[in-house]
Amino acid sequence: MQHTVFYNEHLTHSAKMVEFCGWNMPINYGSQIKEHEAVRTDAGMFDVAHMVITDIRGSGSKDFLRYLLSNDVAKLEQQGLGKALYSGMLNELGCVIDDLIVYYTDFGYRIISNAGTAEKDQLWMKRQSEKFNVELILRDDLSILAVQGPKAITKLIAAKPELADKLSNLKPFSAIADAGIFYARTGYTGEDGLEIVLPNSQAVSFWRMLVAQGVIPCGLAARDTLRLEAGMNLYGHDMDESISPLECNMDWVVDLSDESRSFIGRDAYQKLKTSVALFKQVGLVLLGRGVLREGQKIIHDGAEIGVITSGTFSPSLKQSIAIARIKKDFLDEIKTVAVDIRGNLEPVKVVKLPFVRRGKRVYE
Amino acid sequence: MYDNEMKFVDTHEWVRLSSTGGENIATIGITAHAQELLGDLVYIELPSVGKVVNFHEVVGVIESVKAASDLYSPVVGEIIEVNDAVIADPTLANTDPHGEGWLFKAKLTDIEQMSKLMSAAQYKASIGEEE
Repeated sequence: MQHTVFYNEHLTHSAKMVEFCGWNMPINYGSQIKEHEAVRTDAGMFDVAHMVITDIRGSGSKDFLRYLLSNDVAKLEQQGLGKALYSGMLNELGCVIDDLIVYYTDFGYRIISNAGTAEKDQLWMKRQSEKFNVELILRDDLSILAVQGPKAITKLIAAKPELADKLSNLKPFSAIADAGIFYARTGYTGEDGLEIVLPNSQAVSFWRMLVAQGVIPCGLAARDTLRLEAGMNLYGHDMDESISPLECNMDWVVDLSDESRSFIGRDAYQKLKTSVALFKQVGLVLLGRGVLREGQKIIHDGAEIGVITSGTFSPSLKQSIAIARIKKDFLDEIKTVAVDIRGNLEPVKVVKLPFVRRGKRVYE
Repeated sequence: MYDNEMKFVDTHEWVRLSSTGGENIATIGITAHAQELLGDLVYIELPSVGKVVNFHEVVGVIESVKAASDLYSPVVGEIIEVNDAVIADPTLANTDPHGEGWLFKAKLTDIEQMSKLMSAAQYKASIGEEE
């Protein structure tokens, strides 16, 4: 099992460590609910150094990424240096190999992608890049630390006052570099905050600096409840290589506007758009007590109409919520369906995602 | 924590015996080790009073944020009481699993079966905790 650079810090904070995608990671530091609440009301931080950073260099970078990704990086050039773009990376069937963020920086394009898909992503990118004048550089000399919550940026500025102007003016989905550290106003929690990419050699002192400001270390378990409340997909659960962006609320990151742009999966995706056999993604809220879980079936009028792809107990809403795929022809005006929990049909409300943003319930 | 008055099973339930009016009454809960494995508890489903249960029969569900786990009866008998407080606030089984966080009580119909349960020392050895 691999360790991130923060491993000893986790042990210092009494983390319960688990295996995750080949990495030994903290699941919680005592109570995942308290960690969740820290991010919703104050500031928490996550070791996400297991995620993969790939820098793209060379004159063919833009053409390569316009071919590789479902979203169009040409938009980044118009928006300016430092901008970030969420995208899918599709296979020839128009389904999702991975979801990722691509940053447009003065040193070229940078992709941050999932740890669980690291190996297949690298093989895929390498193979697709052969036709282009590009070099892919795996940055395992860098680590990522996510600092999230309404007070995340304030607490970071308290530790690094020289960054006050730069960080408070940083727009969402933008990044800046300062003294070799890359600060991106992005995240996976539904709160304000930063994802910070820094050299391994500086990572531990940075972590300790944030601890000294009262930023709470948070584990993977809190990360999961936060992202689920925020209606954000988890690769391998809410989507995978058999699921198209149309079925997991990722169609907004497939950019068809430039008709001359050929990207992997485009033809298949356009055909799928007209298919009636598809599913669509919705949110579910359990009306009674209990917990919705991945794999539970959704029933309406005695027929199975879908499945839960992620379910949990929501610490913010104090009830169970889920992300689900239901048949596309399911009518939006039907507000209540049932979920089969251990043989009992429990009523759930169908809602539009997300459930929570900026600490507040947002669904109807 | 695992005191000698208690008996244990490998599915991580504990039993404490008492004798009331000539009846053998067992109080049952999940162990400190079990709640540690499960993490923050959010939902507990317990058997109905009057239900007759067998050893190792599934009688309820314990759910944490992270996972669902079956609750097994470590005894043979009839359910006479469930802990409404722990249903209302499942975190009681996190904070005081061997006390306030008890789950249900049963009137034993087979006291002999109790001899097959683990002692505190045996249970601790089974979960890799030192004496």
